[in-house]
Amino acid sequence: MDFLRPASWEEALAAKAEHPTAVPIAGGTDVMVEINFDHRRPEYLMDLNRIGDLDAWEVGEESVRLGASVPYARIMEHLRAELPGLALASHTVASPQIRNRGGVGGNLGTASPAGDAHPALLAAGAEVEVESVRGARRIPIDAFYTGVKRNALAPDELIRAIHIKKADGPQQYSKVGTRNAMVIAVCAFGLALHPGTRTVRTGIGSAAPTPIRARAAEEFLDAALEEGGLWDNGKTIPPSVAKRFAELCAAACNPIDDVRGTAAYRRHAVGVMARRTLTWTWESYRGAHRITEGAA
Amino acid sequence: MRLNFTVNGRPQEADDVWEGESLLYVLRERLGLPGSKNACEQGECGSCTVRLDGVPVCSCLVAAGQAEGREVVTVEGLADFARQRAEGCGTGACGTSLQKARRWEARGTDSQTGEGTDLAPVQQAFLDAGAVQCGFCTPGLLVAADEMLERNPNPTDADIREALSGNLCRCTGYEKIMDAVRLAAARQSEGV
Repeated sequence: MDFLRPASWEEALAAKAEHPTAVPIAGGTDVMVEINFDHRRPEYLMDLNRIGDLDAWEVGEESVRLGASVPYARIMEHLRAELPGLALASHTVASPQIRNRGGVGGNLGTASPAGDAHPALLAAGAEVEVESVRGARRIPIDAFYTGVKRNALAPDELIRAIHIKKADGPQQYSKVGTRNAMVIAVCAFGLALHPGTRTVRTGIGSAAPTPIRARAAEEFLDAALEEGGLWDNGKTIPPSVAKRFAELCAAACNPIDDVRGTAAYRRHAVGVMARRTLTWTWESYRGAHRITEGAA
Repeated sequence: MRLNFTVNGRPQEADDVWEGESLLYVLRERLGLPGSKNACEQGECGSCTVRLDGVPVCSCLVAAGQAEGREVVTVEGLADFARQRAEGCGTGACGTSLQKARRWEARGTDSQTGEGTDLAPVQQAFLDAGAVQCGFCTPGLLVAADEMLERNPNPTDADIREALSGNLCRCTGYEKIMDAVRLAAARQSEGV
């Protein structure tokens, strides 16, 4: 094994072009487990920790450019206002030690259906900035996950940053596991209200071969909210609408039975989480709505 | 490959490091510092917790090469680290030598009271509260608890639980560990 230690992003791209099988390592919380257990013996290990740009973030007008290896602990601490869904998701990752090292770039690189960041990214809306010596491109998050632990990266590409839409409304994240810490999600659910466009976006984790959105549920809810004038009148969502939304979210799943839970349980739990996160976010939206109305 | 980094305040060098080995392996097998424990090797148990540039991490998940040029504090250096944090490092003879770290033990001139031992306050609190049973998880808990008390001198029970949520203990049921950290925090705020 060779240990590559690029000092700059350009050096890293050149090294990846020369050795497409090189495994990038940042926080190491996925890669080192595989090496420790001898599940993987890469020819080249490429340390990205020396590249300063990767653990920085910029808050822009519309989105946050999050460096690929910004640890979860920093997202929780510094980006709760701009990225509430991702901050909540970050807080559910493993333990403080892991959150001090692991970041969203690694979650995307591994592309496990159970990765904690994915539902939050899908719900908020995001693009993955990837680059190779051939050039840079941005992959919409909806096109990024291509299979179980597979993503849209070419062999010579590296993930540089994630551009995540800043929250324009309440966001929530929910995860099912046997305890609070050190849990791989049995299933997870992210929900973001986008009052600006009067849309709702969802993200489902660990209940299909890839992280997915529940598009039929989103379309149903968008139409129901519009029809009832709910974005304007700030009324409670009728129970029948919440119930139907939950059913459609559960129906979007394509889960399997495994050691963490059965397919039936996952489908049921996703429905419960969908209903709960919808209630939480909508109540929060209504609260803000009433305050704005009162001030006007 | 050769690895140069700082361990417990002193520059160290390790030779013949395999590119895929962990920082934990380097500490235990190359430098002879077995305080950090090797259990799960997948970041689940926290028994290998060390400070890497001040931040608590699972040393089993840090590739050795990633520690190049960085500063590591292990449980063997915790007493000196805590003392220097409290008193500063005036003489220039700060840190803990490898020799001293290898010989470290929690035994003082008086085995009953612990008098004369070289312990960080959090270590003394673990002894006083009876928070150590088999002792395997203790080094990781000490490093994690010490870092939390540095950052958050007046932790709530929820803060303590969260800070130690990455450290598994299969003996104590955690109650005595909670007592120990509360005791260390109380002593710290009273300046004892």
